Amino acid sequence: MLSFILRRLLTVTPVALGVSIVCFSLVHLAEGDPLSSILPVDATQETIDAMRIAYGYDKPLPVQYALWLWKVLHGDLGTSIATGRPVLSEVGRAVVNSLILASVATLIGFTFGCLFGFVAGYFRDSVLDRAASAISVFGVSVPHYWLGMVLVIVFSAQLGWLPSTGAGPDGSGNWKPDLEHLRYIILPAITMSVIPMGVIARTVRALVGDILSQDFVGALRAKGLSEFGVFKHVVKNAAPTALAIMGLQLGYLLGGSILIETVFAWPGTGFLLNAAIFQRDLPLLQGAILVLAMFFVALNLIVDVVQTALDPRIERG
Amino acid sequence: MTRAVGKEPAVEIQGLKVTFGGKVRAVDGVDLTLGRGQAIALIGESGSGKSVTLRAIMRLNPERKTAIEGRILVAGRDVMAMGKRDLTALRGREVAMIFQEPLLALDPVYTVGRQIMEAIRQHEGIGAAEARARALQQFERVRIPSPERRLDAYPHEMSGGMRQRAMIALALACNPKVLLADEPTTALDATVQIQILLLLRDLQAELGLSTLFVTHDLGAAVEVADRIAVMYAGRIVEEGSARQVVLNPHHPYTIGLLRSRADGALAKGSRLQTIPGSPPDLANRQPGCPFAPRCFLAEERCRVGDPPVVEAGPGHRAACWKTDEAARSFQAQRAELADA
Repeated sequence: MLSFILRRLLTVTPVALGVSIVCFSLVHLAEGDPLSSILPVDATQETIDAMRIAYGYDKPLPVQYALWLWKVLHGDLGTSIATGRPVLSEVGRAVVNSLILASVATLIGFTFGCLFGFVAGYFRDSVLDRAASAISVFGVSVPHYWLGMVLVIVFSAQLGWLPSTGAGPDGSGNWKPDLEHLRYIILPAITMSVIPMGVIARTVRALVGDILSQDFVGALRAKGLSEFGVFKHVVKNAAPTALAIMGLQLGYLLGGSILIETVFAWPGTGFLLNAAIFQRDLPLLQGAILVLAMFFVALNLIVDVVQTALDPRIERG
Repeated sequence: MTRAVGKEPAVEIQGLKVTFGGKVRAVDGVDLTLGRGQAIALIGESGSGKSVTLRAIMRLNPERKTAIEGRILVAGRDVMAMGKRDLTALRGREVAMIFQEPLLALDPVYTVGRQIMEAIRQHEGIGAAEARARALQQFERVRIPSPERRLDAYPHEMSGGMRQRAMIALALACNPKVLLADEPTTALDATVQIQILLLLRDLQAELGLSTLFVTHDLGAAVEVADRIAVMYAGRIVEEGSARQVVLNPHHPYTIGLLRSRADGALAKGSRLQTIPGSPPDLANRQPGCPFAPRCFLAEERCRVGDPPVVEAGPGHRAACWKTDEAARSFQAQRAELADA
């Protein structure tokens, strides 16, 4: 198992390198000089040139990339042009907030997705199945920023039960695990959980249907297992695929939550990316995208390892 | 719940009718008695209802879609009247089953050892270590080489024959009295088939099992069974001792099955005989003998009402109007072949 993990780590390295190149070049595809947004409109050409040299934008792209990568490897993602603070700390704070939100959302989504999926799969074509399927289709297809706004209107504006924006009462932008902060995470987490819930419910429903139709389920009953005993086997057979889907969904949520984080002003990566794009904050944008991409790579790795550990049929060689 | 210790047969089936989805009558009035320590082979082509009959004994057919009529008694106890708890206590403990394709019948994500331990612990409430020791004994009993190591193997890591041995070990783990085998050798290589058949025969004698054995292979049936029951379209058309049925068949369908075998009795260069036509549509049964449309002896009365059950000898019966003619035709052909 250890050698399997090491081997997978090795294969991940070129992927990570490729990702870094894409990250670096993506932002250079965009038109406009990143410096133009922070320099005064009437800046002289000399000032502009001086700034370009100071930020290293005068060098050829491959050299810029090499220098950037070298720094990245040493934990230096540069300095945010807009705020002047280190990109790493900005991104780090945002990642933690996003990770918390995405984890809570995935957990909610996974729990209810599995619940609906198992119920629908076990009672195929019954009223329960149709109800659970309807909920999951709703989850996959409803625009989540719209759902977010509806939730805000109902639970914040009209009922006044929950705060509508931010991660905490002090506006510091750091979420802490206490009751007061918990109230802030409920609405965005529920909004976000609707997507993985739908996807997981539909996957689990199909999985359970498929597993129940297999011969070994009959054989399990034939050896005298109770329905609950059979259910445990179904769960273990469904787990590798369900967990893989959950891992990928967590990855999507980490990066794909710009809309939700913006609606709820949640100080996470989506919110940060949004700000970085509008402020043309190139180092921040690069850093944020890189970190998110690396998260995805790492998640895939973890999902792979967990799946291999759970399903003996996957080759370890 | 008291265990009946009497002289009741191991399994007694009376007037069993199984209908799927309210339309397809897969089993249409089967009577069968499996004596203690006896081995009966149920023979027939695909869709003749033999597997359905077998599964009905443990009520393994999907409950929601299946309607079962008739009586099923295991050691004198009515299976149809059993609740969920009695049923799970029956399955695996009193009656165990071996399936056709062990790769599909074993859970792919559990080791074989754990699956056996699970069955033992379900019924006997013993600790894991003790259950493992018992599982190991089972592996030794079915002659799996290096059994200790194989306990930790997953089904896909074993060969077909080994898997079927493991399946047998699983079935026998709780010392059942009745063993149901659903085409246990069909999915295996010819050489492995014989090994498994011999193993089953040995175990049956050693453990005093009552065995009901479903197959479409007459050779396998003769190898393991004392008695043979031939099924067609959900009915038993002929039943007798293995010798009676194979050497002196009285039902045209049995004769057709025997003639369509490619064995030593077939003269070189002669054509393999087949039964013309195909089995009837079970969702749309016609009156009369279900075999009549394909029968070489059929006449008008065969298509009108059910044929009578005729005693062809002691413990040998066939459901046909023309048992004597059928038997004569078979013996005549045999004599011809013997002369040639």
